[in-house]
Amino acid sequence: MSDVPAKGGHSGRRGERAPVGRRAFIGYVLAGATLAVAADLRLGAPAQAAVASVPQIPEVYDLEDLQTDAALPTSALIKIVLHEDGTASFELPRMEVGQGITTSMAMIIAEELDLPVDKVRVTLAPARPELLLNQMTGGSNSTVSMFTPVRVAAAIARKALLEAAAIELGAAVTRLTAKAGVVLTPDGSSLPYGALASKAAGRKVKAVETELKPASGYAVIGKPHGRDDARLAVTGRKKYVMDLQVPDALPTMVCRAPTLNGSPVSVRNEAAVLAMPGVTDVAQVDTGVAVRAATFGQCIDAVRALDVEWAAGSVEGESDATVLARLRKAELPLAVPKIPALAETVEADFTFMFRSSAALEPNCAIADVRADRATVWAGLKSPIVAQGDIAKAVGLPMGAVTVHVVTGGGSFGHKLFGDAAVEAAKVSKAMGKPVKLMWHRADEPRQGRVHPMATSRIRATHLGGQVLTFEQRHTSVVTDFSHGLGEMITATVDRLPGGLGGLAFSETIFTLTQELPYHFGLVTQLLSETDGRFNTGSMRNIYSPDVACANELVIDQLAAKMGKDPLEFRLAFLKKERVKAALQKVAEVGRWGRAMPAGTAQGIAVHSEYKGATAVLVEIDCRPEAVNRKIRDAVTGPRVTKAVIAVDAGLVINPKGLEAQMLGGVSDGIALALTSSLHLRDGHFLEASWDNYFYTRQWNTPPEFECVVMPSDSEQPGGAGEAGVAASVAAVACAYARATGTVPTRFPVNHGTVSFDVKPFVPPVPASPTDGLSHTY
Amino acid sequence: MSTHTFLLNGKPVSVDVDDSVRLLWVLRDVLGVTGPKYGCGINVCKACTSHLNGRAFNPCSVQIKDVKADDEITTIEGLADTVDTELHPMQEAWIEYDVAQCGYCQPGQIMAAVAKVRQARAAGHEIGDADFDEIRNICRCGTYHRIREAITAAAAHM
Ligand code: FES
Ligand code: FES
Repeated sequence: MSDVPAKGGHSGRRGERAPVGRRAFIGYVLAGATLAVAADLRLGAPAQAAVASVPQIPEVYDLEDLQTDAALPTSALIKIVLHEDGTASFELPRMEVGQGITTSMAMIIAEELDLPVDKVRVTLAPARPELLLNQMTGGSNSTVSMFTPVRVAAAIARKALLEAAAIELGAAVTRLTAKAGVVLTPDGSSLPYGALASKAAGRKVKAVETELKPASGYAVIGKPHGRDDARLAVTGRKKYVMDLQVPDALPTMVCRAPTLNGSPVSVRNEAAVLAMPGVTDVAQVDTGVAVRAATFGQCIDAVRALDVEWAAGSVEGESDATVLARLRKAELPLAVPKIPALAETVEADFTFMFRSSAALEPNCAIADVRADRATVWAGLKSPIVAQGDIAKAVGLPMGAVTVHVVTGGGSFGHKLFGDAAVEAAKVSKAMGKPVKLMWHRADEPRQGRVHPMATSRIRATHLGGQVLTFEQRHTSVVTDFSHGLGEMITATVDRLPGGLGGLAFSETIFTLTQELPYHFGLVTQLLSETDGRFNTGSMRNIYSPDVACANELVIDQLAAKMGKDPLEFRLAFLKKERVKAALQKVAEVGRWGRAMPAGTAQGIAVHSEYKGATAVLVEIDCRPEAVNRKIRDAVTGPRVTKAVIAVDAGLVINPKGLEAQMLGGVSDGIALALTSSLHLRDGHFLEASWDNYFYTRQWNTPPEFECVVMPSDSEQPGGAGEAGVAASVAAVACAYARATGTVPTRFPVNHGTVSFDVKPFVPPVPASPTDGLSHTY
Repeated sequence: MSTHTFLLNGKPVSVDVDDSVRLLWVLRDVLGVTGPKYGCGINVCKACTSHLNGRAFNPCSVQIKDVKADDEITTIEGLADTVDTELHPMQEAWIEYDVAQCGYCQPGQIMAAVAKVRQARAAGHEIGDADFDEIRNICRCGTYHRIREAITAAAAHM
């Protein structure tokens, strides 16, 4: 293998590669029994986009750039290993929660390595403290930051395999080609990668230069590909944390306080609970009283039987109304600068209620804490932070804690935190035994992470067909960023563009994500936060769904004031061509402006973030026959009957995966606009399960759905996991306003009705029914 | 503690467990059959949906003592064995339409879908939008539309 040539040198060994001037990258062949290659994550820093007009900060430097840049000072190698069975494996320092990154990573490796996708195994790396800030999954950043390093490593592996084959086959390396995991000579002899894996192995670490396939040569990237775990998922063999069998890690649950963040003082009936069938241990921890038993069913019985004295929680006696009153006090003034006397004003004030970010898989973790070490299995998007938190919680040095990252049953921001992992470790330590800890569903909305309540106020002025000013003041209950993004910002703060240094974490995130995509003269968007008493987190797409919903509703009002059609108005004021193109696409596919009966309407909205653009068109039916549909233990309400979403996500690795994320974003948007919220009363949230917390269900799903992936000439992938939510919630809100003739001021629109019987708070979890056999079909 | 016997995915099984323990935990915690998932424990989310004598049911809400010795329980793990092909047509369609995201709800979705197609047929019609609207299984990843497409495709092969 050739050593690194002078900068700019090209091997030219492969026809379709290396046109003059292609950028060369450095990677490494590592020492090992079989071929192992590595590349530095630092290669992931994207080139900065050039923006012509006076840009808002996210247009030149957004949250993704920050997350990508935050990796720069760490010497973090990602590694691909070739095996003798002809497969390649890669441990991804990110978390798979359903967003499909293991599949897209396999596709990227397959592309550059010329290996079939199904021969690439992507698993999740355990916590790697040496990666410092670069092991956090969030902000739709994974593909963006991993794209180049992974390609470089794969290209180096391919090069090493070709060079080993040249020796084996006695042919010049320039005459060899690689295809589908086999190296071929012109005369037809061949060697599979598996046979070359040990021959190509390095004896010492060696830096190697390589070039990457040009986009025009892509055969895998950009083609639809099913998920790598699809077969496991449909046969029930995909393993989540609770499906793992760790010796002696018996089912464990926690009896929690009747009010938010209450803590136990004492247990009055420990002996009686210990005597219950199956129960092995009872232990008090700061978050509640833990029980360990032979089955989770017996844990539920024990949790229900526990008689606990509780200390007060963090929001005793408070309700939606008192929290909102606090937000009102923290609101920043709108301060319209001097505008011509004749200018007209549009003002709006929206409230967004608390929402639960819980996934279907509840919080869970397995922990085995011993005197000198701890091992934890959990779905964690910030495993290094969790590792540190666990170490602190159980009094061990960080190096004594092993954290295994397990694929998660959904995240939506929920798994950024190691809540369950830390709690499981504390319980295991208190009991002196391994535990398989699971939160009851009721614990999730009542004590779990929530999306903060927020208000968003807007004042816009217009005159003579122009919008002169657009001011937005977003006021929110504090969002908890202590999962690593905060540290990332601290570490990166010196490199942030002017105007960002010195802002609080949350303001930084807000400034980095919010980008009003319209030419509206003087634009200011400010965040203020108050009230840190809630367990909050970055629910899918953080601030954007609320902010975009508020903005797009006001844009419809501005259009109406100026006598313009919502589509025409947006097209006239949008800044970027790619946003306009996405909007035009949904208008065309969704037949914007078609005649519709009274009580039904279309809504249209856009969102621009993560260096991409989304546009959504929905049709909604708000007629009584739709709204008053009766379904047991459910809310029906207005029905979104059609949704069309167009997305420009830059270079698309896997369109099938991208479309799946957009579908999920639309489902989320419908829930956020219409049905899903938490009600705070008397210091606790009322919701306790899916029959109280109304996430979108089949009866709320649009029967007609279409996703269009926009063509892009970008060479870099954009974020996708969250990109579908904001424009969806906004389009549904706009459609609802147009169908009913009333612009809602509070979201979700059905928040005013508590349509369920509130489940008891003591005991904190409901009993499982026994009549399942009378509900078969 | 008493001994309970039933048929699980075609094989007789026998477990020693208290009468009141719900079948979901007998399957998951005692027998290690982890395809049926927990999402609520109160017959709401439907993540645990399995079949009892060919009908969809939710084992989180059935006490083990109510399961009879000749009851045939089928979980997602046993679904493919009920047909002659390697996978059940519903599973094939799920792969073809790339339905699963996190996948957590999908064993329950597939078991519900199979029963729903049969239920529609028994009622004399092919499955359609009105039937889809009756499916109660939650998917927090929001895959609902692909579920509809996959069921429609699979029904043609059932
Ligand atoms: S766990 Fe059985 S229905 Fe939710
Ligand atoms: S695929 Fe994640 S809950 Fe359905």
